[in-house]
Amino acid sequence: MPAAIECLDLRKTYDGKVEAVRGLNLRIEGGECFGLLGPNGAGKTTTIEILEGLLDPTSGEVTILGHTWRKNQREVREWLGVSLQETRLSEKLTVRETIDLFASFYREPRSADHVLDDLQLGEKADAFVGKLSGGQRQRLAVATALVGNPRILFLDEPTTGLDPQSRRQLWDIIRSFQRNGGTVLLTTHYMDEAERLCDRLAIVDHGEIIAEGTPSELIERLGGHHVVEFEASGNSGDGSALNAWRALPGVESVRHDNGLVSLTVREPHLTIPPLLDAVAKHGSQLLHLTTRQASLEDVFVNLTGRHLREQ
Amino acid sequence: MSLAQETPATPARPPARRNGRWSAFTHLVVVRMKELKREPEVVFWVFGFPLLLALGLGIAFRNKPADVTFVAIVQGSGTQDALSLIERSPQKSSIHAELLDKPAALKGFRLGKYDLVVESDGKGGFQYLYDPARPESVLSRAEVDDALQVAAGRKNPLPTSSVISNEPGSRYIDFLIPGLIGMNLMNSGMWSIGFALVDMRQRKLLKRFVATPMRRSDFLLALAGGRLVLMIAEVGLLLGFGALVFHIRVVGSLLSILILSAIGAVGFAGLGLLTASRAQKIESVSGLINLIMMPMWIFSGVFFSYERFPSVIQPFIKALPLTALNDALRATILEGAPLATQAGRLLILVLWGGISFLLALRWFRWT
Repeated sequence: MPAAIECLDLRKTYDGKVEAVRGLNLRIEGGECFGLLGPNGAGKTTTIEILEGLLDPTSGEVTILGHTWRKNQREVREWLGVSLQETRLSEKLTVRETIDLFASFYREPRSADHVLDDLQLGEKADAFVGKLSGGQRQRLAVATALVGNPRILFLDEPTTGLDPQSRRQLWDIIRSFQRNGGTVLLTTHYMDEAERLCDRLAIVDHGEIIAEGTPSELIERLGGHHVVEFEASGNSGDGSALNAWRALPGVESVRHDNGLVSLTVREPHLTIPPLLDAVAKHGSQLLHLTTRQASLEDVFVNLTGRHLREQ
Repeated sequence: MSLAQETPATPARPPARRNGRWSAFTHLVVVRMKELKREPEVVFWVFGFPLLLALGLGIAFRNKPADVTFVAIVQGSGTQDALSLIERSPQKSSIHAELLDKPAALKGFRLGKYDLVVESDGKGGFQYLYDPARPESVLSRAEVDDALQVAAGRKNPLPTSSVISNEPGSRYIDFLIPGLIGMNLMNSGMWSIGFALVDMRQRKLLKRFVATPMRRSDFLLALAGGRLVLMIAEVGLLLGFGALVFHIRVVGSLLSILILSAIGAVGFAGLGLLTASRAQKIESVSGLINLIMMPMWIFSGVFFSYERFPSVIQPFIKALPLTALNDALRATILEGAPLATQAGRLLILVLWGGISFLLALRWFRWT
């Protein structure tokens, strides 16, 4: 059975200079929710627009359910639902008119009423798009993608700029689409979103995949599941001190950022007592100490030395 | 139950309906009409503005009183004779003469207050000061000279008489209404297509549309279809208004007028499509549209006949699409000329529209 989405050695160079995508390989199976995770400008949108057939790659091959864009454009479009980043739908149309319009483009669309219900837009069916809140607009954008009864859903930063409740509503919608057998490809720069929604994900930076796997695999690769963060008086962040922290039992990696030292550890209860001793022996005082579960953010920082939100 | 059975490879929801071939096209046309209807300012510019223009100009030029020419007579010897001669002449109702000293007369003439200055030539006759570049000045000289000669006792060798004509068909408003119809077809064709497309491109709605199975040709056809629906309303309104308020006699058949307007509307829609084929911003397309329309506002005989322009540029003027449309509309509406006799003008319109459309298809950017 062909993969839902597959691409080989995808490259995109703008104006012969800017390399937005530099040799990307992906294989996304049917029924999967796959995330492209990366900072702004990493090439996520370029990648997803090439996969959606909206941009031509400079080189490389894309197949959707075994079909290429060149040969079967119209047929393939029937199988896809797309939500672009920042589409502004017509403000003078109602929610229902907008969904009906998009339904008219597909051979066998779903009923507008079902989609309205699924996306909790029933109450707003006759409201003008211009009167909707940000979260409602985003749900409408997803509704226009779902009304064609797609097999694959592409979502480019679906929850950027939304409040927590609207984000959660969208996550539910995406999960329920997946439960019904749909395949999802989404881009995000939110770590928690990727962790909760995605079966697998690829971390993209400078147009390349720098890590790929399930969220837990990626965190596993850090070596430890926990992060101990502390701040101590004195020179807790200089070279010799960092070496001392690294030598503590159970420490997998050490990072220092603005006075804050982060240790990735397997088991905090084995690391913390010797850490306290070491701080005392160093002659400094602990100002602050927390432990938390390692997240994809830690994976990203560990791989790139930068935070995701940094440009 | 295995996991595979729980999650089939494709969504199992039954489709609600099957769409026919033209479902996208009809929805796009209907949506376009709804959007226009819900923008009050669009309704005003498309329908209200041309009507106001027709009303204003129609009233301004409707019951114009007979032209009175204003003449300054320079005080001096013999000028009193001139005044009394004019008083006695049969043209006295159309000549308004005033006695002034020379500087005041010259100043008034410079400012356009007087069309002619009359002074004594010192040999018992008169001397006219006029400006050959001002039609009213030329007219005034002829009229005053005539008045003076007749009053002084000239006998005309040839008896003539005049009849006043302000029958429908030859008035200014008759000239104006077909011109306004043509101009309106150009304005709304260029603006509604050009503006709407760039706006949709800017909002990334075009990109969103082409991410669906919608046929791009359906989208463009729907734009043209929307124009045709509006065209019927625009032309009907202006023509009906002219007939009701100004009693314009529509000589040509309504079908010919509609066919002509449709060719015009679609032709200008093609031009609008071309201007909007690449622009990414509303500001840039606005400038472009104005640049294209400007020469036609001036040269294409909307408000006054283009025959007044030098004959060197006449071929250029006649090649403009709005000139062709206006000429054809006037010939059909006012003279009832059949379409077959207007093949040349129709060809100009079709060429402009067709070539623009083909170029637009080559250059058009959906993203």
